[in-house]
Amino acid sequence: MMRLPKFDYHVPQTIAEAVKIMGDAGPAGQFVAGGTDLYPNMKRRQQTPKIVISVMRLQELNQITGDGTSGLCIGASVTLTEICENPIINRDYPVVAKAVRTISTPILRNMGTIGGNLLLDTRCNYYDQNYEWRKGINFCLKKDGDVCWVAPGSSKCWAVQSSDLVPVMVAIGAKLRFVSTLGERVIDAAGLYNDDGIDYLRKRPDELLVDIQLPPTNGWRASYQKLRRRGAFDFPVLGVATWIATDSDAVTDARIVLGGIAPSPVEIKEAAKALIGNALTDEPIKAAAEAAYIKARPLDNTDFVYQWRKQMARQYTLRALRDLQS
Amino acid sequence: MPLHSKKHIHFTLNGEQTEVAFAPHKTLLEVLREDLNLTGTKHGCELGECGTCALLVDGRSILSCLMLGLDAEGREVKTIEGMANGAELHPLQQTFADLGAAQCGYCSPGFLLVAEELLKKSPNPTRGEIQEALSGNLCRCTGYIKIYEAVELAAARMRGEEAELPKESIFGLD
Amino acid sequence: MDKNLNIIGKPFRKVDARAKCVGQTKFADDIVLPRMLFCKMLRSHLPHALIKSIDVSKALALPGVFAVVTGKDFPIPYGILPVSQDEHALCIDKVRFIGDPVAAVAAIDEDVAFDAMNLIEVEYEPLNTISTIEEAALIDEPRIHDYGDSGNVHKKVSLEFGNVEEGFAEADLVREDTFFYEGNTHLPMEQHAAVAHFDSDGKITLWSSTQTPHYVHRALAKVLGLPASHIRVIATPNGGGFGGKSDPFNHEVVVCKLAMMTGRPVKVTLTREEVFYCHRGRHPVLMKIKTGVKNDGAITAMHFESYLDGGAYGSYGVASTFYTGALQTVTYDVPRYKFQGLRVFTNKPPCGPKRGHGTPQPRYGLEVQLDKIAEQLQLDPVEIRRNHLVAPNTVTANYLRIGSMGLGTCIDKVAQGSRWSERFSWDQNNRKLPFGKGIGFACSSYICGAGLPIYWNNMPQSGVQLRLDRQGGVCVLCGSTDIGQGSDSILAYIVAEVLGIDPFDIRVVTADTDLTPVDLGSYSSRVTLMTGNAAIQAAERARELLVMAVAEKLGVPIENLSLAERRVFDVENPEVGVSFAEAIVLAESKFGTIGTVGSYTPPRSPGKFKGSGVGPSPAYSYSAAVAEVDVNPDTGVVVVERVWIAHDIGRSINPMLVMGQVEGSVYMGLGEILMEEMVYRDNRNVVHKFPSMLEYKSPTTMEMCDVKTYLIEDPDPNGPYGAKEVGQGPLLPIPPAVANAVYNAVGVRIDEVPITPEKVLRALKDKARGRDGRYGPDSVPPVAWPEPLRVLTPSEGGDGSEMPRVAVHS
Repeated sequence: MMRLPKFDYHVPQTIAEAVKIMGDAGPAGQFVAGGTDLYPNMKRRQQTPKIVISVMRLQELNQITGDGTSGLCIGASVTLTEICENPIINRDYPVVAKAVRTISTPILRNMGTIGGNLLLDTRCNYYDQNYEWRKGINFCLKKDGDVCWVAPGSSKCWAVQSSDLVPVMVAIGAKLRFVSTLGERVIDAAGLYNDDGIDYLRKRPDELLVDIQLPPTNGWRASYQKLRRRGAFDFPVLGVATWIATDSDAVTDARIVLGGIAPSPVEIKEAAKALIGNALTDEPIKAAAEAAYIKARPLDNTDFVYQWRKQMARQYTLRALRDLQS
Repeated sequence: MPLHSKKHIHFTLNGEQTEVAFAPHKTLLEVLREDLNLTGTKHGCELGECGTCALLVDGRSILSCLMLGLDAEGREVKTIEGMANGAELHPLQQTFADLGAAQCGYCSPGFLLVAEELLKKSPNPTRGEIQEALSGNLCRCTGYIKIYEAVELAAARMRGEEAELPKESIFGLD
Repeated sequence: MDKNLNIIGKPFRKVDARAKCVGQTKFADDIVLPRMLFCKMLRSHLPHALIKSIDVSKALALPGVFAVVTGKDFPIPYGILPVSQDEHALCIDKVRFIGDPVAAVAAIDEDVAFDAMNLIEVEYEPLNTISTIEEAALIDEPRIHDYGDSGNVHKKVSLEFGNVEEGFAEADLVREDTFFYEGNTHLPMEQHAAVAHFDSDGKITLWSSTQTPHYVHRALAKVLGLPASHIRVIATPNGGGFGGKSDPFNHEVVVCKLAMMTGRPVKVTLTREEVFYCHRGRHPVLMKIKTGVKNDGAITAMHFESYLDGGAYGSYGVASTFYTGALQTVTYDVPRYKFQGLRVFTNKPPCGPKRGHGTPQPRYGLEVQLDKIAEQLQLDPVEIRRNHLVAPNTVTANYLRIGSMGLGTCIDKVAQGSRWSERFSWDQNNRKLPFGKGIGFACSSYICGAGLPIYWNNMPQSGVQLRLDRQGGVCVLCGSTDIGQGSDSILAYIVAEVLGIDPFDIRVVTADTDLTPVDLGSYSSRVTLMTGNAAIQAAERARELLVMAVAEKLGVPIENLSLAERRVFDVENPEVGVSFAEAIVLAESKFGTIGTVGSYTPPRSPGKFKGSGVGPSPAYSYSAAVAEVDVNPDTGVVVVERVWIAHDIGRSINPMLVMGQVEGSVYMGLGEILMEEMVYRDNRNVVHKFPSMLEYKSPTTMEMCDVKTYLIEDPDPNGPYGAKEVGQGPLLPIPPAVANAVYNAVGVRIDEVPITPEKVLRALKDKARGRDGRYGPDSVPPVAWPEPLRVLTPSEGGDGSEMPRVAVHS
């Protein structure tokens, strides 16, 4: 049986209490929500916090307020199933519900939370392995070693951003609110992710993600397409989120964001450029897809052959943009 | 306090008030199997990658390998041992047994409880809904088909219909 | 046989099904004994290295640790085949793959055992690795084992039946193709586990999730230095096997030793990663097939070469090697046949038997090549097969005796069900299905038990014992192991049929070497046929005692008595009779305690040449399948939408369980052709790429297709009530049927399993650039084959013996 390392467990009831325990714990502390990302990592000894602080019983983190007109605020501990089932999200933010429905499995979505998914550890075939396996390759840069086996010449870790929601949130312009003992701050989703597999979040470990704020839905549409081997369980090895604002027929603004191919979500500005000012017809869509293909540079550290994943950036961008045509 | 020392929880287990003490790093799976001797809950990976250890907490399926035992405090936990109504099997247990949906039977507890959750939400699911609902449970024996048929038959019986399996599911096509 | 059957052919539930659905079934890891310790094994993190030293002092000093063992505690080697005794419970001087165990601890709980395991210090001297078939075939040093045919070649086989060159000369078309079938693994949902208990009389009991308790018993007797009579092996219900629990395993030996040392029960439960390292799964096989045919598709000769990557140990590998060459002849008439097989050692987890043992790979190659031949000759893929079937009750060129042969009916059923002729065309310019949609055809056959046991002996392969008690109870005892396929139930159904009682009246005790007569185990699709026949014999002997006693009591001639509905009665006056329980009382009064035995030994094979031991079987099952696929030409993604499959089962003992085996086989075949692969990083210590359930891709509900099944009942005289196997055979036609369907859909040949989207897309792009439109291997390694052992075929007047080797005139 794969077992957890030993740790002390806290279940605070208020945000203040939670961030206080974290502040006191320092580097030994770790927040946990659904546990579906942290506990496997702990069992594989990728992470070994001595103090684990649950955020599942914090009232404020468990609610959904607002709607498409006012904007929606989703508490970080809301489970992925609750998001799939929420009528307002399905009505006003179908792209979010759709992306969430592709995450892992129905059972795991009953446990996993939106906050956990947005802060998901980066993933890599050389990293998401047991201690014994990692010892066999003399470890890797992200944990216990000094070489990135994906790009041995590189000083940077290339573990992959593997959340389905991250590209969606970046594309639609969500904001995330963090609280710590030092106070509160709100970060644009686009500004949260760092292009480094180790230091992949521009947030301090002691900052608690409290909620996710989705913008009002006036005048934009968004879509998401996911590449994976199987129809369940699998993380995205390419995710394409698209967002457009239109004025009558013409695209006035656009964002195309690729996940699953780099340590951070990759916004393809050239793809947006190909769309803006045009009607959403086949020509600009193809140009945008071509731009995504050129910019997508996946490496060989997930499922599938990476050259093929690169080619799929074109196909999946086409699909995602065609979803917006109807 | 040393990390090792046991913590005590109260929860409802298969309808019964239960107390148990265990080390804080133990998962619900380990607590059930090792501290409560309920070995009906199985495990296939302990990393959330197979669905074998699924059970119901407050009516929702969860992976007991990724839930701490401590998080069961105050919750209602249902395992395969609590699925039957006394000596009377749950309709799903009957159809799984009768139709060969349990071959080696190792994944069956997880499938049965997730199927129970599905039928509570959706008493008349389509084949597609069943596939989607059970997509987090791996089975290597059946190819899933007898499992779908068992869920469909149990669902029909739970709706009060006099249902039997089509002949070709048992004897093949003519 | 054709009397009215009451039980056989009826869809009873399995006798153990309810226990499995309520959580009562005790799998190995569910066993808890007082004072039980927990074992963890330290495994090598290097693929090939000498062990310089092992220091266990820190581990031993950890509170809660009771014992630590290393290789020196296990000096005696073992292995499943007598010719490959190359494993030690813990490595002594050398490790051969990442995951090879070097030390083990017994501790108070798994946490302490884990910590102790990590305190063991091993000093290694790394050796160069051998990681591919080509490397192993060509590089002799370092040698992974100091036995085998040469260098890193474990086994080389060369056999020729008739003169294939003559056959090729007669042919109108000779094709040569190469194929590669990647290795894959069983992935049973239950991880291997075992519990050992050493009692105060010096006897040991091992409960283990094994398919072969008898072989584990033999291995333990050899390794532990205890008399076999002091060892008891109980196979717990297996949470899936598929061949992966058919070898004696390191952990089984280790927990016995630890129990003997500590005097306490010891349990081991492998992690999923360790299960990947146990492996014994599908061999990666490179194949070259040369086939000559007449213009009507009749085969004139076939030369089959196979190159198997065996991994680090022998396991069943010698048998696997022969199996890659054995069954090519049992579907279509192959008058002259040559087989050359080579198995190599590499620094990877050992390969062994997985569902279809050594035959899915050649079957895939053969059926895809036949498809190519059919296209070249512009023959329909169904017709080319249908027209050249092996005749029933004949002997093949390589001396396999064919009994019943229902393949023709299987072919007709699936061709009709899939509306084959309306939907298939070779003409890409005149397609009957839209581009991207395709159908493919393939057939196959499999053995119903191996004709010979693994170790040479003249004893039965299966034994059944029956005990009838005066309270009306019937207990059937047999060494067979239920791995989910329903072998316990088969015993109950058959005994119930003969004795006229209900299957649920019967207590079934199986897989316990102290209590049950030997059955060799759940492998090679042998159990229904062999235990079934043994059960019939035991039950008929019991029946005879009952009717003698009842006849005497009722004054009715013996031949008038019938057993049904829990009664023994006069068929002419059915109201004249006694209850089944009364019949036992009468028999016990007359004869004493009622117990009978039955056993089964397969018929002798007509082949007498060296190597003729692999392939013969009492009967062969047959399958035919059509796969319907959707291939996206922009991505290369293949979706299998539907499979029609017909299986010649001989007779269904329980059709519902037969259907379950067919569907499960189709599922596993789909996994193999679409996604499953055991792959390693050559450049990173030959580490397994991803030993996890998440990254070893097995199909979920979302990938499983619709299956239309036909059961063809054509009773075989050697089967119990005519029954043949179903556990493995229906997997075989699936990979080639899908490959052929992909070609039909988009016009590219993927001559390598699995068919992943990148391979399809690559082939499509090549084709668009005017190239071949094929993805697959181009060559096989240059191997110096020995002069083949030559055998005259039956039609040439051969008697099954090899020809004397004579000097060849140049």
